[in-house]
Amino acid sequence: MATEFHNLQELRHSASLANKVFIQRDYSEGTTCRFQTKFPSELESRIERKLFEDTVKTLNNYYTEAEKIGGQSYLEGCLACSTAYLIFLCMETRYEKVLKKISKYIQEQNEKIFAPRGLLITDPIERGMRVIEISIYEDRGSSGSSSGSSSVSGSTAR
Amino acid sequence: MMKNCEYQQIDPRALSVLPQSAQNNTEKTVQRSRRKWEVFPGKNRFFCDGRIILASQSGVLPLTLGLIIVTCGLFFAFDCPFLVKHLTVFIPVIGGALFVFVVFSLLRTSFTDPGILPRATPDEAADIEKQIDTSGSSTYRPPPRTKEILINQQVVKLKYCFTCKMFRPPRTSHCSLCDNCVERFDHHCPWVGNCVGKRNYRFFYSFIISLSFLTSFIFGCVITHITLRSQEGKSLVQSIQESPARYPFLVICFFSIWSILGLSGFHTYLIASNLTTNEDIKGSWSSKRCAEESGNPYSYNSIITNCCATLCGPMPPSLIDRRGFLSLDEAIPAVSASEIELPPFTVKSDAHMCTQSTKDVLERMVHSYDVHGLCPPATPKTTPLDLEVSGPAAASSEPSLSAGCLPQDARQPVVPPCPPFSRSNKRRDSLHSINPAFRLASPSPSLSRTTFILGDAPDNGFIPLP
Repeated sequence: MATEFHNLQELRHSASLANKVFIQRDYSEGTTCRFQTKFPSELESRIERKLFEDTVKTLNNYYTEAEKIGGQSYLEGCLACSTAYLIFLCMETRYEKVLKKISKYIQEQNEKIFAPRGLLITDPIERGMRVIEISIYEDRGSSGSSSGSSSVSGSTAR
Repeated sequence: MMKNCEYQQIDPRALSVLPQSAQNNTEKTVQRSRRKWEVFPGKNRFFCDGRIILASQSGVLPLTLGLIIVTCGLFFAFDCPFLVKHLTVFIPVIGGALFVFVVFSLLRTSFTDPGILPRATPDEAADIEKQIDTSGSSTYRPPPRTKEILINQQVVKLKYCFTCKMFRPPRTSHCSLCDNCVERFDHHCPWVGNCVGKRNYRFFYSFIISLSFLTSFIFGCVITHITLRSQEGKSLVQSIQESPARYPFLVICFFSIWSILGLSGFHTYLIASNLTTNEDIKGSWSSKRCAEESGNPYSYNSIITNCCATLCGPMPPSLIDRRGFLSLDEAIPAVSASEIELPPFTVKSDAHMCTQSTKDVLERMVHSYDVHGLCPPATPKTTPLDLEVSGPAAASSEPSLSAGCLPQDARQPVVPPCPPFSRSNKRRDSLHSINPAFRLASPSPSLSRTTFILGDAPDNGFIPLP
């Protein structure tokens, strides 16, 4: 059974990394950034399916917003072209603004939902937007419970 | 490096705290924290502390710049005074604006990250390998690793990149010159000295379009100049004879116009149909190649939308984070993965791993060679992970340790004698090795390889650590 952690700090200091789950990209709609919402089996005992899916769907929505091709992006593109792209030295692109929103959201989710369940999400930008990495932690003291979370990687030290 | 080992061993803090954090602390006091560009595994060069990125060979970028500057210089020096007098002052103004735009676009194309995908972390690579293993055949044969996915109801094959250790996203290709996977890879342009990919395609396009305008403009002005001179009573031949020096450049200009105009036209076609040069050359979406009706799944089926999406779409950020600082978390997994494809990473970021445990590692390597032979069974033993961790890492960084540790090159031709076990064990190890508390005892393929190689070079022995 998952051990309880009170906050993110405690998670980092008292827990040890047991496993990592990777949520891969979903390319069914093209090359835009989307992640699969399929619930991985390793997290079954750790977090409710709905919470997980909501998180991934919100992230997908953020990325769709960042990559949306519409009036604002055209304006930005034309302005950039006319200033020989020098405007990017002073201005932050829309994508970067949304990325900041995303990291704040992930931080929030980690603090409120994932850390209390012994999980941590890594921002996809740190993994080249390829995967959402979810680290599964176990309490250092309870070595006996390590078997539950490491089902994927096969046998553990016994 | 040996000095670092000495330094760490006598550091009083190392006695009271965990070895790992002590090494990190001392390492930081000894060396400044590194930025990520310094340990970048691809063949790129970085300037201005990571702000500017270039391919490993600048190709003919200096030549391109030189040609543009010299041609424009000659134009401004010889033709503009005459044309300003006889026509209008706007000629050098337009020429100047075009010139500035061309140079900016060129430099922007050359110095921008084209959309390089960072290589997979060891954990990711392990996860992917595991998935391939479970679905593949039981005997180990390196399969052509492709994965089929559906994009807009069309089957697309994703290839596995052996260098970057991941399945390449669609439209991504690995550039062998730069040794990177680049998103929406168009081509590697030697004139620009960089790959052309997702992030710098619009700069490249604006470069060739503005260059077409510039060369046409200069050519037109020079022709006008000669015509006007000959109309003033001199013959055409006499006009040319007056300043013969610049006419070779005119000839160059004439020929380059056709190639540049041709290239601009080609890329305009590519943008309108949302294709890359790579896809066009390979004929990925041509109807002749595929039996069933299959178009380009990325096209929006409207020329205007395609153009806008490619040129005016949102500017994606650079994924490689060149100027970020290396965190200790990133340094440690790189060490424990013992990936031969990432030797620079392991070399530079795990200086702190050269510890007393290396001595233990070397001692155990001797024992395991004697006891286990070439292919140890995959049962948990108390082989510490340091073996896998510091062997290759130390080898690639220190010549004095190389005799004792694995020489980097020697690992490559060695085929693991027990591949199925080795691979699965190695992946298990790399997952657990991040946390020192999980020093699992599964023997790794590095162990088997280590013992194999040591058998080849028994005379080297082990360098006794001072």
